[in-house]
Amino acid sequence: MDFLRPASWEEALAAKAEHPTAVPIAGGTDVMVEINFDHRRPDYLMDLTRIGELSAWEVGQDTVRLGASVPYATIMERLRPELPGLALASHTVASPQIRNRGGVGGNLGTASPAGDAHPALLAAGAEVEVESVRGSRRIPIDDFYTGVKRNALAPDELIRAVHIDKADGPQQYSKVGTRNAMVIAVCAFGLALHPGTRTVRTGIGSAAPTPIRARAAEDFLNAALEEGGFWDNGKIITPSVAKRFADLCAAACNPIDDVRGTASYRRHAVGVMARRTLTWTWESYRGAHRTTEGVA
Amino acid sequence: MRVNFTVNGRPQQADDVWEGESLLYVLRERLGLPGSKNACEQGECGSCTVRLDGVPVCSCLVAAGQAEGREVVTVEGLAEYARLRARDSGDADGACGTSLDEAKGWRADGADAQTGEGAGLSPVQQAFIDAGAVQCGFCTPGLLVAADEMLERNPDPSDADIREALSGNLCRCTGYEKIMDAVRLAAARQSEGV
Repeated sequence: MDFLRPASWEEALAAKAEHPTAVPIAGGTDVMVEINFDHRRPDYLMDLTRIGELSAWEVGQDTVRLGASVPYATIMERLRPELPGLALASHTVASPQIRNRGGVGGNLGTASPAGDAHPALLAAGAEVEVESVRGSRRIPIDDFYTGVKRNALAPDELIRAVHIDKADGPQQYSKVGTRNAMVIAVCAFGLALHPGTRTVRTGIGSAAPTPIRARAAEDFLNAALEEGGFWDNGKIITPSVAKRFADLCAAACNPIDDVRGTASYRRHAVGVMARRTLTWTWESYRGAHRTTEGVA
Repeated sequence: MRVNFTVNGRPQQADDVWEGESLLYVLRERLGLPGSKNACEQGECGSCTVRLDGVPVCSCLVAAGQAEGREVVTVEGLAEYARLRARDSGDADGACGTSLDEAKGWRADGADAQTGEGAGLSPVQQAFIDAGAVQCGFCTPGLLVAADEMLERNPDPSDADIREALSGNLCRCTGYEKIMDAVRLAAARQSEGV
């Protein structure tokens, strides 16, 4: 094994071009487990922690450009107003020690269906900035996950940053596990209200071969909210609408039975989380709505 | 490969390090500092917790090469680290820190340390002894490093703060209640300036 230690992003791209099998390591919270357990013996291990820009972020007009290695702890502490869903998701990652090291770039690189960040990214809307010596491109998050632990990266590409839409409305995140800390999600659910476009987006984790959106549920809810004038009148969402939304979210799942839970439990739990997160975010939206009306 | 980094305030050099080796392995097997414990090797148990450039991390998940040029504090250096912090010098020069030999020779001398003064224990270590928070002791080093860092950041933690800060450290003996007592005790002593 060779240990590559690029001092700059350009050096990292050159090294990855020369050695496409090189395994990038940043926080190490996935890669080192595989090496410690002898599940993986890469020819090249490429340390990205010398590249400072990967741990930096920029808050822009409409998006946050989040460096691939910004640790979850930083997202929780510094980016909660802009990225509330991702901040909540980050807080559910493992433990303080892991959150101090791991970041969204690693979650995307591993592309496990159980990665905690994915549902939040899907719900918020995001693009993954990847680059190789051939050039840079942005992959919409909806096209990023291609299979179990597979993503749209080419062998010579590295993840540089994630561009996440800044929250324009309430966001929520929910995760099922046996305790609060140190659990891989049995299943997880992210939901974001986008009052600007009058849409709702979802993200489901650990309940299909890849992280997915519940598109039929989103379409149904978007139509129902529009039809009932909910975005304007700020009324409580009709229970039958919330139930239908939850059912459609459960139906979007394609889960398996495994040690963490059964497929039918996952479907059920996703439905429960969908209903709850919709209620929480909508209550929050209504609260803001009333406040705005009062001011006007 | 060779790795140069600072451990407990002293520059160290480890040779013949395998590229896939963890920082934990280097500390224990190459530098002779077995205070950081090796249990799960997957970041679940926290018994290998050290500070890497001040940040608590699982040393089993840090590739040795990633520690190049960085500063590591292990449980062996915790007392000195706490002493320097208390002195609030912030200008630790090359002569400061704990030498490897000193660290290897470190003993928890509880009998002489009832007052918590001058016995080579950090306040949080003393509190663990006084509160009976140590049973088999395997999880203790990681808990000490994690608890000490939390008290540095948050001198007046709620129980929820303590539980969260220690949520990455598993203990199978105590049921955690004595550990909670110890951290509360350390926080109280810290605020009283004992």
